[in-house]
Amino acid sequence: MSAIEQEAGGRGRPPMLALACCVLLVIVAVLGDIATPYAKDFADLSATLAPPFWQDGGSLAHLLGTDTLGRDLLSRLIAGTRISLLTAGAAIFVAGTIGVLLGLLAGYAGGLVDAIVMRAVDAFLALPFILMALALVAALGSGVENMILVMIVTNWARYARLVRSEVLSIKGRDFVTLARIAGLAPHLIAFRHILPNALNSITVLALLDIGRAIILESSLSFLGLGIQPPEVSWGLMLADGKAYMSFAWWITTLPGLTIVATVMAFNALGDWLKLRFDPRAAL
Amino acid sequence: MVKRLGQTLVTLLFLTLMVFALARLTGDPTPLVLPTEATAQDAQFFRHQYGLDRSLPVQYLIFLGNVSRGDFGVSFRYREPAIGFVMAGLGPTLRLTGLAMLLAVVVGLGLGILAAVSRNVWIDRLVNLYASFGQAVPSFWLGLMLVTLFSINLPWLPSSGHGTAGHYVLPVITLSVFASASITRLTRANMAEAMQSDFVHMERVLGLPEASIVLRHALRNASLPIVTYLGLQFGLLLGGAIVTERVFAWPGLGQIIVDAILHRDYPVIQATVLVTAVMFMLINLAVDVTCMVLDPRLRV
Repeated sequence: MSAIEQEAGGRGRPPMLALACCVLLVIVAVLGDIATPYAKDFADLSATLAPPFWQDGGSLAHLLGTDTLGRDLLSRLIAGTRISLLTAGAAIFVAGTIGVLLGLLAGYAGGLVDAIVMRAVDAFLALPFILMALALVAALGSGVENMILVMIVTNWARYARLVRSEVLSIKGRDFVTLARIAGLAPHLIAFRHILPNALNSITVLALLDIGRAIILESSLSFLGLGIQPPEVSWGLMLADGKAYMSFAWWITTLPGLTIVATVMAFNALGDWLKLRFDPRAAL
Repeated sequence: MVKRLGQTLVTLLFLTLMVFALARLTGDPTPLVLPTEATAQDAQFFRHQYGLDRSLPVQYLIFLGNVSRGDFGVSFRYREPAIGFVMAGLGPTLRLTGLAMLLAVVVGLGLGILAAVSRNVWIDRLVNLYASFGQAVPSFWLGLMLVTLFSINLPWLPSSGHGTAGHYVLPVITLSVFASASITRLTRANMAEAMQSDFVHMERVLGLPEASIVLRHALRNASLPIVTYLGLQFGLLLGGAIVTERVFAWPGLGQIIVDAILHRDYPVIQATVLVTAVMFMLINLAVDVTCMVLDPRLRV
């Protein structure tokens, strides 16, 4: 009867569709411009607002149609994959590293260091992250580098909190005490014995954060405060097509579906890993 | 409780410092505000008038003093007190967020309980699909799709603006989907766990009606993590409202802050960020108090 038991029973089998999607997306992002049928800015003025190939008026020259300037939608989606995944991936990697180091420090050192780090964590988690992102954009400006910076600032705190609590729960276990008695230096204990034990939860959080970061980036780009032309991102494409929704549905619909599919795939992978590492965690 | 209040105050102080630093990070606003033909003397006068020629710590203290009286300075763009814009936008945003929260709670609790108690695997799968989809769909895109469907293809509802009841339907649905998906997942998990517990088996043996077991006993036991989560969700909704308002031209805080950022109107940005943050912190405080009422063990 319980859905949890059912899920836990099936936890050995990874969600193949989601896994395939993630692998495909990473490959597309790595290949980038090499994989696009047209250059992302190439404007085919003889074929503006061409619909996708399966619709009347569409052709195989532009599989997913073109926008108002005749730019190939498939090529732009592929180019956008690179920007969206690159900003999200780079930001989560750096934010995770900073958070993990601070979390290890706070959990292991305790005392005043712990108090300072944790108050900072609280303050950074006290604002809705889109509001903090907007405030940062207002100060720093937009663009790819600033997008990555904004995501680092809005994301590191959760890693610090997670790693600190892992450290506190592992610190008292016998193998850590034995390592300390054996005279191992504190930083070696932290990196060789404590970090590997916390790695599972960090990986899960990072996978789930990829989706969150992609949505944040596309939201900011949609508001005109994120990625700026001539760079291209999924959110930016969506904003471009907004005015033509009533007669060119594909310009807004296809990038949106791409975002949904990408985020669902990374979330599904994260959820599966979480359940695999800890069958009791149903969430 | 006192400790909790103290932490809130420290966080608040830190936030004012952050908001102050953000505006100063961008440098001197003088060239942005004055017309291009302004002389060096004009610039000097302006800088003196706004206290920009003082040292940073002094500027921060003046800022803190002003903010505590609700004075965020004058909008660079409209030459009116910045706090006025925030107050004008607060009502529409709170109405939108409140209604979206209500819808999300009703849908989330309903679907979550349904999935947890249903013996039909398909209901569980459908609810799961809704939860995964809702957590992955960007609200601005969902909003655009709903507009295409219900305002353009089927001219049933207004696509933008504010005023009649009809104007609320699409923005409220758009904003509520992410929260209702999250609440659905959490409710389903906690209810499924509560339904497995000994007291539920006991009540079944005693022959209590199923509806009473589910709604009065299991739900009450599953409610604590859900209530805690609702506070977090409300904050996310306040953030999500910024984007949703932009899609539907809703005259709330989201419109105001995005316009202010595009025109570098710092007093308005600072006022909006701080007022929203204070609201968010008050909600979390209220949630903690509610949890203490629900669970006597937390009252220390």
